Amino acid sequence: MQALFDDIGFTIVLTGMLAAGSTALLGSFLVVRGQALLTDAISHGIVLGIAVTFLLTGFTTGPVQLLGAGAAGVATVLVTEALSASGRVRRDAATGLVFPAMFALGVLLLSLFARDVHVDPHTVLLGEIGYVWLDTVPLLGVAVPRSLLVLGAMFLLNLLFVAAFYERLAAAAFDPVQAGLRGLHPKAVSAGLLALTSMTAVAALDAVGVVLFVTFAIVPAVVGLLLARRLSGVVLVALGTAGFAAVAGYWAAVALDLSIGGCMAAMTGIPLLLALTPLKRAWQMS
Amino acid sequence: MVSLLLDPIVITVALGAALLGMTAGALGAFAVLRRESLIGDTMSHAALPGVALGFLLAGQRSLPAMLAGAMVTGLAAALFSLYLSSLHRIKRDAALGVALGLFFAIGVVGLSYAQKRPGAAAAGLETFLFGQAAATLRSDLWLLGAVTLVAGAVVTLLWKQLKIVTFDPDFAQAAGFDRRRHEALLTGLLALAIVIGLQTVGVVLMSALVVAPAVAARQWSASLGVMFWLAGALGAFSAVTGALISAQVSGLATGPLVVVVATAVVALSLLFAPRRAVQLEP
Repeated sequence: MQALFDDIGFTIVLTGMLAAGSTALLGSFLVVRGQALLTDAISHGIVLGIAVTFLLTGFTTGPVQLLGAGAAGVATVLVTEALSASGRVRRDAATGLVFPAMFALGVLLLSLFARDVHVDPHTVLLGEIGYVWLDTVPLLGVAVPRSLLVLGAMFLLNLLFVAAFYERLAAAAFDPVQAGLRGLHPKAVSAGLLALTSMTAVAALDAVGVVLFVTFAIVPAVVGLLLARRLSGVVLVALGTAGFAAVAGYWAAVALDLSIGGCMAAMTGIPLLLALTPLKRAWQMS
Repeated sequence: MVSLLLDPIVITVALGAALLGMTAGALGAFAVLRRESLIGDTMSHAALPGVALGFLLAGQRSLPAMLAGAMVTGLAAALFSLYLSSLHRIKRDAALGVALGLFFAIGVVGLSYAQKRPGAAAAGLETFLFGQAAATLRSDLWLLGAVTLVAGAVVTLLWKQLKIVTFDPDFAQAAGFDRRRHEALLTGLLALAIVIGLQTVGVVLMSALVVAPAVAARQWSASLGVMFWLAGALGAFSAVTGALISAQVSGLATGPLVVVVATAVVALSLLFAPRRAVQLEP
């Protein structure tokens, strides 16, 4: 067991797969619901939460950060909604205003007050998946990389959520009115999806950063939408795309000595391009 | 304080910030009214691979080459998102997200490739993420000034057409204006407004400097002309304030400072603008 986690390449690829997979899993539902850019707002908004939680409690990781920063992600969405509901700023402008503002304030606070901590603005933006193996925590006598543990737990939590509420998630995505009439609580399901997306963004931050999270949330889901006819198919294709991107991206990054996180995210483009070409027809015929 | 304001480096930084803030803010008036705020976000993130490409092609840190590259990849991302959203089942926001995410990822890869080049020139490329006002050179002012002049001339000459296409594209078409050409021109101007500020504000936050001054100006006026000039003034104020603070305090990137100032301007406008003041009591 320890030998596995001592293998740096294995740790990085597995962390990448879990980050991309847990993000793409929820991203599939958000994209189908027409809320793709919610992931952009949430992932930027959590940075203010990380800065404020750090200033108040001194924690840079752990459950306190997960909850504090996760709450900020949800707050980003609520503030945007409130601003556009006031009728004074249109929805797109409200989105383009609120999350950059929260992100900018978070980055500013981190550069002013957290210079000695590892949460510097550059890491927050791009993540440092190449160094995730450095920070380990003991678990059952094995030194497990912290990011791997957090993302593994996050992936399981997201998987449980989707498995337990699949029918409700589907109903809320396609026909929220009917879902409400059938007593499937579409609003509660949406709130749960929002909260988990926010927590996933926090969990994935060390590995992939703010912007590449958006790539993993949206691109695999769009590949799924292009190739599959059923929602379950969209989710499976998205997960496959995420897994492929993590493995192929690591391989390309090591072979060419390039940014690992950047290569993993860019590799989601290969299945997308394939899905946009005649290969798509061959897939659908089979 | 007086000696500080007369320092030639400070004057260069402030002039550069004023030019780009004015251009971005004023052109943002069209973008916000045409609901293109999120296309701006996609284009500014998608500028990153263009910055790296321009650097690699020029072989050195050449601002015109990098901004030209940024313009090309930013517009390519906008076109890619248009193509995606024309497909069955792909919604507009997902299409924008795909273009933003993929182009930015390729930009990160390109940046890591450019930084392997020998020589210290590539070291400054990372400042294009969050922006660095202190990197403004005196020679950059000519480029910024030229872009401001060109954008100003285009808007002045085509004011009536751009106004009609912004407010009522269907009527513009019925009245015999070339709607598509003017819409493409406005999107091109938005791309111009974004790339002009990339060095100072950075790819991650530049779209906010396009959106925020226009939103603030909209609270004070319902006239496009007033909104255009006011947004330009507020954009210049935000950019100059942010740039001067970041030039004085080491370790503070310019982009976040500029956006925090611009957002404060929006918040004050929302609270105090008379025309559409918040109703605190029923």
